[in-house]
Amino acid sequence: MDFQNNGPEMASEEQRFAPSQDVREHLVVVGNGMAGCRAVEELLARDKDRYRVTIFGAEPYVNYNRIMLSPVLAGEKSFDDIIINGRDWYKDNGIELIAGDPVTAIDRAARTVTSQSGRTVGYDKLLIATGSDPFIIPVPGKDLPGVISFRDMKDVDTMLAAAEAGKALGGGNAVVIGGGLLGLEAAHGLTLRGMKVTVIHLMDTLMERQLDEAAGWLLKSALEGRGQTILTGANTAEIYGDGKVEGVRLKDGREIPASLVVMAVGIRPSTALAREAGLEVNRGIKVDDHMVTSDPDVLAVGECVEHDGNVYGLVAPLWDMCRSLADGLTDRHSGYRGSVTSTKLKVAGLDVFSAGDFSGGEGCEDIVLRDASRGVYKRVVVRDDRIVGAVLYGDTADGGWYFDLLKREEDVSEIRDLLIFGQAFASGGGALDPKAAVAALSDDAEICGCNGVAKGQVVACIEKGACSLDAVRATCKASASCGSCTGLVENLLSVVLGEDVQSGPKTLCKCTSFTHDDVRREIVAQNMRSIPEVMQLLHWSTPDGCSSCRPALNYYLLCALPGEYQDDQQSRFVNERMHANIQKDGTYSVVPRMWGGLTNPRELRAIADVVEKYNAPMVKVTGGQRLDIFGIRKEDLPAVWADLNAAGMVSGHAYGKSLRTVKTCVGSEWCRFGTQDSTGLGVKIERMTWGSWMPHKFKIAASGCPRNCAEATIKDFGVVCVDSGYELHVGGNGGIHVRATDLLCKVSTEQEALDYCAAFIQLYREEARYLERTAPWIERVGVDYVKRRIVEDEAGREALRSRFLYSQSFSQEDPWAQRAAGADSELHQHLEPPMPFGAIAAE
Amino acid sequence: MTDWIDIGTLADIPQRGARTVRIAGQKEIAVFRTGDDHVFALVNECPHKKGPLSQGIVHGHSVACPLHNWNIALKTGEAQGNDEGCTPTVAVKQEGGRILIARPASLKAAA
Ligand SMILES: Cc1cc2nc3c(=O)[nH]c(=O)nc-3n(C[C@H](O)[C@H](O)[C@H](O)COP(=O)(O)OP(=O)(O)OC[C@H]3O[C@@H](n4cnc5c(N)ncnc54)[C@H](O)[C@@H]3O)c2cc1C
Ligand code: SF4
Ligand code: FES
Repeated sequence: MDFQNNGPEMASEEQRFAPSQDVREHLVVVGNGMAGCRAVEELLARDKDRYRVTIFGAEPYVNYNRIMLSPVLAGEKSFDDIIINGRDWYKDNGIELIAGDPVTAIDRAARTVTSQSGRTVGYDKLLIATGSDPFIIPVPGKDLPGVISFRDMKDVDTMLAAAEAGKALGGGNAVVIGGGLLGLEAAHGLTLRGMKVTVIHLMDTLMERQLDEAAGWLLKSALEGRGQTILTGANTAEIYGDGKVEGVRLKDGREIPASLVVMAVGIRPSTALAREAGLEVNRGIKVDDHMVTSDPDVLAVGECVEHDGNVYGLVAPLWDMCRSLADGLTDRHSGYRGSVTSTKLKVAGLDVFSAGDFSGGEGCEDIVLRDASRGVYKRVVVRDDRIVGAVLYGDTADGGWYFDLLKREEDVSEIRDLLIFGQAFASGGGALDPKAAVAALSDDAEICGCNGVAKGQVVACIEKGACSLDAVRATCKASASCGSCTGLVENLLSVVLGEDVQSGPKTLCKCTSFTHDDVRREIVAQNMRSIPEVMQLLHWSTPDGCSSCRPALNYYLLCALPGEYQDDQQSRFVNERMHANIQKDGTYSVVPRMWGGLTNPRELRAIADVVEKYNAPMVKVTGGQRLDIFGIRKEDLPAVWADLNAAGMVSGHAYGKSLRTVKTCVGSEWCRFGTQDSTGLGVKIERMTWGSWMPHKFKIAASGCPRNCAEATIKDFGVVCVDSGYELHVGGNGGIHVRATDLLCKVSTEQEALDYCAAFIQLYREEARYLERTAPWIERVGVDYVKRRIVEDEAGREALRSRFLYSQSFSQEDPWAQRAAGADSELHQHLEPPMPFGAIAAE
Repeated sequence: MTDWIDIGTLADIPQRGARTVRIAGQKEIAVFRTGDDHVFALVNECPHKKGPLSQGIVHGHSVACPLHNWNIALKTGEAQGNDEGCTPTVAVKQEGGRILIARPASLKAAA
C-alpha cells in the first residue's frame, strides 16, 4: 500500500515539493484525522490559494474515515475503501503531509511546532485537531500485551491478528470491556472473525447513553442470540496474564479467559499538547464560535475541543465546526452554535437509532410502540408539540425523519396521533382517522397475526354478539395472545357496533391493556424472564412502568421462576426494600420473628438491649403475637438487625407481601382443653412457610381446640385442632371487611395439615392477582374450586406442595443477615457531600 | 450566582431509586436517579403528610410516595392527578460524572 509508507524520512523527501519560498501565510495542522482534513477541505473550497498548508499526522496513513473501521474489522470493507483523501489530494493541493511523526511540542512565542523526529516547523496559524484518547480503566494488567483500545487502524490490525491466531487454535476468546457503541461494534467484528466474544458492561443496560432500558434489553437479547456473552452490571477488577493477556477477572470473582482484551469504555479529548502549550483547556480545548482558542493564532477543531461547555464524540458536529472554522479563516462570519446529534449502531441486521433527549419526564409525552412479533420498539418524546427525542429499535427507517423534525423544531400536533407509525403513515394524506383506516381494510386483511384471524372473521363474530374485547378474544381468539392488535380489534368493534366499545375487565394498570390474569398467563406461556421483557412482549405503553405494575411484575416473575429470577429491588415497596415497616414519621419498626409466638430470655434480652441502645420510643405486642420495636432510623437499621441476628433472630417479614406470622394458642401442652399440640404445629408451619413472597400479606393461626383462642377462622390459613385431627380453614381475614374462613377439609395427621397448607399457599401464590388477599380471591374463584384443586386432586395437591417447597428452598434467606453483613448498606446511609459547605464550581 | 455542592457520582444512587443528603440547618434532601439516568433533587417530604419521598417507587420522572401513594413529579415537585401540593425542588446538575446540587440560599450567608 503506497500510502502507508511514510516514516519521517520519506516525509522529509516530500518536503522538497513544498514551496519553501512560498510567501503565503502558513497553516500548520496537527492531526490528520476526520476533522483536521475536513477543515482543510472546507478552507480550500472557500479560498484555494490563501494558505500554505502542512499537516502532521501521528498515524502512518493518509486521511481515512475512522467510523468505517468497524466495517473493516467486520470484513465488510477494506482499508482502501475507507480512504477519504488519497495521496493525490495532498499533492494536487500542494499540502505537505508529514505522517507517522506526531507533534510533541508547540512553542507559541516562537510560533513553531516540533515533532517526535525533531523537525521544527514555523506557523502563522496553527490548527489542533488531535481527536480523542481512548480511556483506559486503571486496573492491574491494563498494560499487558494483548490489551488494546478501538481507535485506529493499528488497533484493527491487532484484532485481526488475534482472530487469525485464534483460528489456528479453533477459535480464540476475546473480551470487550464496554457495551457502548464502539464496544459493540468491536464485539460484532470479532464475532464475525470467528472469536468467542464476551462483552463486559458496567451499567445494567447496553448503550445506556443512547438507548432507554427497553431498547437496551432488546439489543442485549439480539446479541446473545448471535452467540455473544453479555455481562451487564459487571465490574472489571483485573486483567491477568503472565507476560501477555490470559483473561479478565471481575470484582465478583468471575474469570473470563481471553487472548485479546479490547477496552472501549470511553474517550477523552486529546488535550495534552494544548495544555502544555498553555492554551485554555477545560474538558476539551476551549474554543469560540469560530474555533479559535485562547490564542488568536491557534485554532482547534473536532473531538479535542470544548465549545460552549460541550464536547462531541461523533462526526456530524465536526462538519458544522469545520464550516465555521473555514469561514473564520477566510474572514467570513457565520459562527458555530453547537449541534444536536443522533447515533446509529453499525452492526449488520441490528437497527438501532437514537437522537436528542428521549428521557421524557415532566411536560413530556412519551409515545411508545412495541411490536413484539416484529421485534420493533419505538419511542418518540414530544414536548410542547415538538419532538425532543427518539429511540428506535428494529425499524429505524424513520430515524432520519424524526431527527429532521426534531432539529427543525417542527410543530407535530397535527400528526401527533400517527407520529409513531412513521412518515409514510403520518403524512399519508386525508384518512387520518384510525377507525376509517380499519373500515377501509378488505375482509381478508389479517388482524391478529398470532392466531391468524382475518378482519371478516372478527366482524362476523362481533355481529354474532361478541360485543366486547373480551368476548371477541373468547370467541375468535383475535387479540387473545400477544395483544398487539388490541387497538385494531377495538376499532373494529366500534366500527361494527357504531358506538364506543364497552371496556373489558380491569387492566393491570394504565400502562397496559392486559389484565393481571393475562399477564400471569403470558409470563408462563412465553417463558418471560425479566420486567423489560414482559413490557416489550406485552406492548407496555410506558417506558418503565409505574408504581402499580412494577411490583406486580416483579412478584409474578419471582413466583414463576423461583431461584432464577433476579429480584428487582427498585420495583418493591419501601417496606420490602428496607425489610422493615415504614411509619408515618418516616422511621421504621422492626419485628423479629418468634417462631409460633414463642420466645426465651436470650431473645427478650436482645430485644430489650436494642430498644435501649437505639432509643426506640416504644415496644408493642402485635396482633400476631410478636414484639414490635418502633422508631428506628433508616441509618440504624443494619446495626439493629446485626444485633438481633447475633441473638439468633431473623426477619419477621412483618412488613411485606409475604408470610407474616403464625399465631398459636398454648394447646395440649398446657391447656386443659387442648386436643393437639397447636403451638408445636404453629412452629412447624412457620418454619416451613416463612420467607415466601405472596400476592399480599398472609397470616396463619393454629388453635388447640374449637374454643379457637388463636382466632384461626379469620386468617388466610387456619388450623383448628380437634380430637380426631385437624380442621383446615381458608380465606379468612380481619381487615376492613371481616370475613370468616371457609372450611377446606379435615385431615387426621399433622403432616397432612402441613402438606395441605403448602399446597394451598402455592395455589394462591400462582393464581391470585397481586394485592389480592385470599378472601377476595376465594370469593372470586369460589371455595369449591379451591377444594377441587387441593382436596379432590391428590396429584395436583402434591405438585403444588412440591413447587412450594422448591421455591422455599431459595427464599428462606434472612434478608436481615444479608443487610447486616453489608449488602446494600450504602442505601441506608445519607450521601456524604465530600465538601460539606464548599462550593466546588461557581456560575 | 449559584454555589454547587458535590454530593457524589451517579453510581452512588440506585437506578430508579434515591439517596438522601443532609446539610446542617436544612431539611433533608432526596436525590433521585431515574431509569434513564436523570437526576433530580427534592426536599425529602411529601406535600401530603411529609412521607419520605426518597423511599418511594420511582417510575418515569415521578415518584410514588411510600405512605399514601401520591405521585410527585420529580422535576417540579408537584403532586399529580387529583392531588394538590408541592414539594420544594433543589437545583441539581451532572458534570464530569459528578452530581452537584445547588447550595440552599439560606446557607450562603452563613458560609
Ligand atoms: C471504530 C470507530 C467507529 C466510529 N463510528 C462512528 C459513527 O458511526 N458515527 C459517528 O458519528 N462517529 C463515529 N466514530 C467517532 C468519529 O470517528 C470521531 O468523532 C471522529 O473521527 C473525530 O474526528 P477528529 O478529527 O476530531 O479525531 P480523529 O479522527 O481521531 O483524528 C485525530 C487524529 O489526530 C492524530 N493525532 C493525535 N495527536 C497527534 C499529534 N500530537 N500529532 C499528530 N497527530 C496527532 C491522531 O492520530 C488522529 O489520526 C467512530 C470512531 C471509531 C474509533
Ligand atoms: S384454643 Fe383450646 S387449646 Fe387452645 S388455648 Fe384455647 S382453649 Fe386451650
Ligand atoms: S405522605 Fe405522601 S402520600 Fe401521604
